[in-house]
Amino acid sequence: MNKMPEIVLFFLAKIKKLALHFKKKKKMKEIMMVYYMEAKSARISGRKVAWITSGGPVEPLIAMDVIPVYPENHGAMIGASKMGTDLCEKAESMGYSSDLCSYARSDIACATVNGGPIGGLPRPDMLICCNNICGTVLKWYEVQARYFNVPLFIFDTPFCHVGYAEEAGRYVRRQLDEYVLFLEKACGRKMDSDHLKDVGKLSLEGQRLWQAVLATTANSPAPMTAFDAFYHLALIVTLRGTPLVIDYYTQLLEKMKDRVARGIGAIPNEKYRLLWDNIPIWPRTRWLSEKLASHNACLVADTYTSAWCGTTKYIDENNFFDSMAEAYTRIYLNIGVDEMARTVLEMVDTYKVDGIVMHSNRSCKPYSLGQYDIQKIVEKEKGIPCLMIEADMVDERSFSESQISTRIDAFMEIIKQQKGA
Amino acid sequence: MITAGIDIGSITTKAALIAEGKIRGTKVIFTGYNAEQAGTNVYEELLKELGIEKSDVGRVVSTGYGRNSVKFMDKAMTEIICHGVGAHYLNPRARSVIDIGGQDSKAIILDEKGKVKNFAMNDKCAAGTGRFLEVMARALEVDLDGFGALSLRAGDPSRISSLCTVFAESEVISLISKGEKRENIIAGIHESIAARIAAMANRLRIAPLVVMTGGVAKNIGVVKALERKIGMAVEVSEYAQVNGAIGAAILATGLK
Repeated sequence: MNKMPEIVLFFLAKIKKLALHFKKKKKMKEIMMVYYMEAKSARISGRKVAWITSGGPVEPLIAMDVIPVYPENHGAMIGASKMGTDLCEKAESMGYSSDLCSYARSDIACATVNGGPIGGLPRPDMLICCNNICGTVLKWYEVQARYFNVPLFIFDTPFCHVGYAEEAGRYVRRQLDEYVLFLEKACGRKMDSDHLKDVGKLSLEGQRLWQAVLATTANSPAPMTAFDAFYHLALIVTLRGTPLVIDYYTQLLEKMKDRVARGIGAIPNEKYRLLWDNIPIWPRTRWLSEKLASHNACLVADTYTSAWCGTTKYIDENNFFDSMAEAYTRIYLNIGVDEMARTVLEMVDTYKVDGIVMHSNRSCKPYSLGQYDIQKIVEKEKGIPCLMIEADMVDERSFSESQISTRIDAFMEIIKQQKGA
Repeated sequence: MITAGIDIGSITTKAALIAEGKIRGTKVIFTGYNAEQAGTNVYEELLKELGIEKSDVGRVVSTGYGRNSVKFMDKAMTEIICHGVGAHYLNPRARSVIDIGGQDSKAIILDEKGKVKNFAMNDKCAAGTGRFLEVMARALEVDLDGFGALSLRAGDPSRISSLCTVFAESEVISLISKGEKRENIIAGIHESIAARIAAMANRLRIAPLVVMTGGVAKNIGVVKALERKIGMAVEVSEYAQVNGAIGAAILATGLK
């Protein structure tokens, strides 16, 4: 790349200008647009692109100036744009089972047709697969590694049935070294450990800010709903470890604190406070939001967005790299149901919740297995009702509006009855 | 004061009139494809039969999947709450309600005051509901009303393993061609429904007294099969099919 054609330099300059302009504006939509634009033009600007799983250790990528791209975040966008059904059908026509995760189906199909709302994801230079969220990613990323003919790094985090075994800790920690070696080889240069330390500090700070933002909804009325949180989540997922995340959440936190101080609620008449469990039903978030609001019910918290600040207690601020092993292994989807239930019970208290809405997500076994047990535990310990909604996070064919509408209405009738409204 | 309850279901639409805490009358008609019209028709026909004027009726509560298409209702409430109220009215000792309708099945847990504590609805498909029985009746060329009596004569219920109503129909046709007795096939169909419902009910941890509501409760074969599967007696009121409408009419008395 000795001399780039003028037209390309011109194009790059335009992107940079746009990036600066939107970064100042700091609106999520613009930030995400710039992020994807930079990723899609990475080839021209000489940067590398890595596809990584949602629970994968992204900090080393940021430290190596590799642009991380998240097929699962893209999957959420596909779902929200209601493009999931067509892409899933395409994957099925390619031979993939309809029982397979709809993120996987959408992504695999999307790669072959450059479908989805942004014309497909940029080609990866490498794939980073961490199975702390599930085992499906292993095969999904192997498929993509073959399709794109790029190196794949698998980060294997053993399941924590009860606690965190010493041997698991040693096993995961060693993989961090292998991961760094993998990146150094893929990028053709050494990791700057000081820079990685800084990225680690920023990552932790970002997570703490996100935690603080989510905590504002413990107030009544809640200044934002879980639906807002689903939207603001994008940055801590995709760009954890960058200063951009700090700026954005600092601003958001101020805004929420201000709303709390002035008693401004996210919904006009908050009478009932609910907790959401599992990945959102991306094509129907607006419908759900309006449906619940019509009952004066506010989804004040959820277990999904809080997963991205759920392991800060395992991170050592002064030794981010070593503590990453435990932090990435003990995430919400990699622990036993007992511990998940304890987290839910704590959230019921913290957020003063009247009922729980559980999404039995066809696409996500690690998240959905155990929901009935958690439901039983919550009903026993807290005496509040738990509604089960069967659907899928991206594939609308699994969403039955009339059935779900009736279940929500009946659930709200029970809550109203309980609260004596 | 007279109040009315209209329950618009997928196959039948029901109406009930309550006055001074007593049932004045009930009616059942087929829903057809126009839910709103069915709601209006069943109401007007029942009023005519009882010689009551519309102006004599106070509040109206609608329920069922077509509850929002009833223009003259004062409030729409889900069939879960309505079935709970209706079941409690018909038998205050009822603690669990199993309702099997045209395309819905539900299990409802009540407290001693008749308030709903918990509920579960059929998972993802309508196998195990009235629709399933309709399809089977057609395949067997038997009048659905005769299902119950016929199944009680069965010596050896067939095993129907398909989860899906449409596939189960194919299975039944193949059993017929193998010369399997109708009574046994029908008993097998009932076992299939009962197993599905029992799984849902047991998950909710239902406890006595168990009552069954909804149109399918008229089928003694299903009731008996269900009793065997859950290991508890199941009571069925003569008003089982209109239970939802009765509950709606009672709820209407509480409206201002």
